Amino acid sequence: MADNILIIHPRDNVGVALKILAAGEKAMAKGIEELTALEEIPASHKIALRDISAGEEIIKYGEVVAVCTRYIKKGQWVHTHNLESKRWRK
Amino acid sequence: MKEITGYERKNGNFGIRNHVLVLPTVSCVNGVINRISREVPEAVCLTHAHGCGRGGPRDLQILFRLLCGLMHNPNVGGVVLIGLGCEVSNTKNLFPLIKEAGKPIEIFNVQEDGGSLQTAKKGAAAARRISSNIRNQPRVPFSWDKLLVSMECGGSDAMSGVTANVAMGALSDWLVEKGATVIFGENTEMIGTTHVLARRAKNEQAARQIEQMINRAEKLTQDVMGNLASLVISPGNMDGGMSTIAEKSMGCIFKGGTTTINQVVDYGEIPTAKGLILQDGPGYDGDSMAGLAASGSQLMFFSTGRGTPAGFPALPVIKVASNTRIYEAMKDDMDVNAGSLVEGRSLPELRTEMINLMIQVINGEKTKAEANVMDVFTLMTVNPPF
Repeated sequence: MADNILIIHPRDNVGVALKILAAGEKAMAKGIEELTALEEIPASHKIALRDISAGEEIIKYGEVVAVCTRYIKKGQWVHTHNLESKRWRK
Repeated sequence: MKEITGYERKNGNFGIRNHVLVLPTVSCVNGVINRISREVPEAVCLTHAHGCGRGGPRDLQILFRLLCGLMHNPNVGGVVLIGLGCEVSNTKNLFPLIKEAGKPIEIFNVQEDGGSLQTAKKGAAAARRISSNIRNQPRVPFSWDKLLVSMECGGSDAMSGVTANVAMGALSDWLVEKGATVIFGENTEMIGTTHVLARRAKNEQAARQIEQMINRAEKLTQDVMGNLASLVISPGNMDGGMSTIAEKSMGCIFKGGTTTINQVVDYGEIPTAKGLILQDGPGYDGDSMAGLAASGSQLMFFSTGRGTPAGFPALPVIKVASNTRIYEAMKDDMDVNAGSLVEGRSLPELRTEMINLMIQVINGEKTKAEANVMDVFTLMTVNPPF
């Protein structure tokens, strides 16, 4: 089966959905073990590759792009509801 | 790997094209340029909206640097410069800056050369003369360290930062490894990434320049857009999965790859370092492309997700579609489908395709934008005309 998520950088703790992932769907990319989408992940949105605690940094492109505001389980959707920007909060 | 070939210039640069450039000093003589264009279709004839009426030092600096930079661009084998006579950027002021360009340059002025029709006639004859002189110049092999490739993104969508810019980033890293130089600008699209870019700077000075550049871009955005500044990350961006300005900007700057930033240059300034270079230029595609071309770039990669056909005169622009839908919908405009990453293609495979295409383009194969003559030429100004 083809990959349905992309991990841009080895340090990333989120992957990018290459197509819409249904709740319960297996997420696949080279170099990752068992990962299941716990909820629907829209295409081009982020899925947690591991558990992320509140206050932890969200890493994409190998860099800090946001800070987690509440506990995110591996396989959950990562977006504005569970992270915040370090600047220009809105 | 196939060798890359180009046209050797007297100053040691190599063009990958051998164009005759016909350029006005001021918008007042654009009509003369248009006449020459009809008479000598093989010449690259540009018109622009500048030359007078913007007297501030910053705008004059930009104007002179951009006009001279285009004439110096290695892809230009010869120049016909058409002036008026009374303009600020007149040929007398420009000549000392271009006389060492190492290529034939012929200059005419409408007020001294018998008016517009006579000047057009003389200009067309000069363009034909230069064209026939450089036509048979042979291509010769040159080394990668003589290549300056620019990376641009425009008409972006949610996949631009996931597919196309990631692929261009991988290519940028490959080019730097080969000894080539890679440049990208669009300072508005660096907002939120100061911590990333400054850390990657070669030295303290470059790091300070990066901080200043991004702070200025951020302040300008807030000054000009006021409460709308937050729209730099728009609801549409968020629907596309970009949660923060830093994440959106990371998707843009990733097109330059991950190597050390060896120099920060001003808009249209020619870099003196090799490797990865940042340009303090605007996000608007036309203005940005002109700055990158004036910096001496011979080749450009341009990612797009919504789909823009824009190319640049005298510079092959390779269009990289971020998704298969727009690649298919604008097939005549797109050179590479980075959307194939979504369909199971690996990043190394896509990068190899891009390297092979790049070598073919360097060696003379036309890109879609080049073949379609989708030339766009605009340049940045700071102040309004008066």
